[in-house]
Order: sequence, then structure tokens, then C-alpha cells
Amino acid sequence: MTTGKVGVVVFPGSNCDMDAYNAFGSVLNRRVELLWHKETSLDGVDLVVLPGGFSYGDYLRSGAIARFSPIMNEVVSFARKGGLVIGICNGFQVLVEAGLLPGALLRNSNLKFVCKQVYLRTETTSTPFTSGLKKGEVIKVPIAHGDGNYYADDNTIKGLQDNDQIVFKYATAAGEITAESNPNGSMLNIAGIVSRERNVIGMMPHPERAAEKLLGSDGGLVVLKSAVESLN
Amino acid sequence: MYKARIEVTLKKKILDPQGKAIESSLRNLGFLKLGGVRTGKNIDMSVNESNIDAAIALVTSACAKLLANPVTEDYECEIFDEAGKQVAQFSSAQGGASKVAAK
Repeated sequence: MTTGKVGVVVFPGSNCDMDAYNAFGSVLNRRVELLWHKETSLDGVDLVVLPGGFSYGDYLRSGAIARFSPIMNEVVSFARKGGLVIGICNGFQVLVEAGLLPGALLRNSNLKFVCKQVYLRTETTSTPFTSGLKKGEVIKVPIAHGDGNYYADDNTIKGLQDNDQIVFKYATAAGEITAESNPNGSMLNIAGIVSRERNVIGMMPHPERAAEKLLGSDGGLVVLKSAVESLN
Repeated sequence: MYKARIEVTLKKKILDPQGKAIESSLRNLGFLKLGGVRTGKNIDMSVNESNIDAAIALVTSACAKLLANPVTEDYECEIFDEAGKQVAQFSSAQGGASKVAAK
């Protein structure tokens, strides 16, 4: 067992919490605990995971109500102090609603819930979550969402580009960024972004669902592994 | 005590795929003179305040904090008195705080 403790937040309606728990605990052999959304302490964790799911049934807007769960006060102050936070799928939606990441996630442009394997091209390796990847490297991970269409105003998009904050883009297996490889209408094929301080990542695809061969692919493990290794 | 009705819509510059799908269905049904379909949602609530300025301030704050996402959405709000008469109307386009039609 190595240093660093991972906390996976559980909202009512989270459904990828156990996948994340398994990936960090059983696959990466880290200390990991579940944090109920009503908790008011992060219990000394070093990495917070906001998992996928449908917190509060996606009522009002995806992530809008979970963002005000008691534990989110702690997550926001943890992030503001530089703590590592990973928001996956619904967790990404919670992070934008909480203002920890810019922009918003709109209804998929084709109005469909899309559940399939996609290819992501690594746009930057200078984050704690992608340090184990090479720039331009393509990984295969699943998506499963209805509201993953990343949107931000022009100034915000320019800021993301200027500050190297776009982490993953939807691509072909060969790493080409095409309209066909964009599953949801996201601006610039954006699949994941990092905060300006580089400690908070939000991504729609599910690395925790592609964390071991038994699940069909371990292409996402590198993201979780990079994050925990940066804690050492 | 007042009643508030808040209508939340996607900002005009943002594509509303749901509105597009409805428009396409209308066309298929022969409603060729109907277009520009946009959707939104209504949120109704009671406002337990005794004066209108306090009611406006409270509803405006709720819109800004939770009910609408300022990145993607606009809102329009109407406030009614107990007799059901509209006493105020305001929207995010006016900064959300100004009372335009207090009667």
C-alpha cells in the first residue's frame, strides 16, 4: 500500500461510484473510501473523485442540485487549495455547475443518449492526470451520457486554448479530430478540460470503466494511475 | 405572500436541439407556417415576503444561484399578488435586478 488516499463522493443517483472505488482500490491498490454527499469533511483524502451517474435524477440541470450538497463546500475549498479533483461524466457536470471548471454541458446535439466506446486524443501531458501519456496519444474509453455537449463562450474557449487547458478531444483511432468522431456536438471536440491551476479535471468519458482488461479495455487506467502517482 | 413564475430558456445563440426536433415534427405534420421553435421550462413558487421589493430581490437571488445557469440560460420572471394580478416582471437580460412593470 502506498501513500495517498482517494475519496469517491456518492450523491443520490451516482452509479459509477463503485467502478471508481474498484479501479482505485482493487486495480491500483490505493486506500479509497466512499464519501456520502451529506458529509461535511473529506476525511483527509488526497484525491477527490466525483463519479458518473444521474445525481438527483438530473433534475433542473445535470449536476445543478448536487453542486449544493454539503460535501461540495469541502470539495470547492479543497480544490481552491490545490487539491486534486477528478470529475467524470456527471462529476464533470457538477464541476462546471460549481464553477470549478468553465463552460457548461448541454444536451447532446443529436438529442440521443450515447453509450459507446470512443477514442480520445491527448492534448496536453502537463497535468497530474495525463503525465503518463504522450502528447497526441490516443486512448479508448467508453462514454455514456445525454448531456455531454461542451459549450463555452468564445473568450472562455480562447482561454482554454491559450492556457493549454484542453486535455482530451474526441478523435478517430488514428488521432484525427473529425466531425464524425464527435459524439455529442462538443465545441472543438472537447471531451475533457483541466482548471487553470491544473489540479481539477473534468471529462465526459469514463476512464474507470476501462481500468482493467476484464472490463474489455484498460485504456483509461493511465489517467487514474497518473493521478495517484502524482500524490507520491 | 406572492407567487412567482420563472421561465428559463436557452440563450438565443445556443442551439436548442429539442426545439429543432419539435419543429421538424411539426413540419412532418404539415404545419409549414410554424418555425423558430424554442423550448424552455416554467418554475412556479410561492414567495413568503410582505413587500414586492423584497420578493423581487429574493427571486432574483434564487435565479442567479440555482434556477438558471448564466453560461447557457436566460430567465424571465413574473410576480403576482394574492389576487393573481401581475405586480412585477423582470429578466436576466436586464441584469436580473430591475423591476420594469411594477403596477
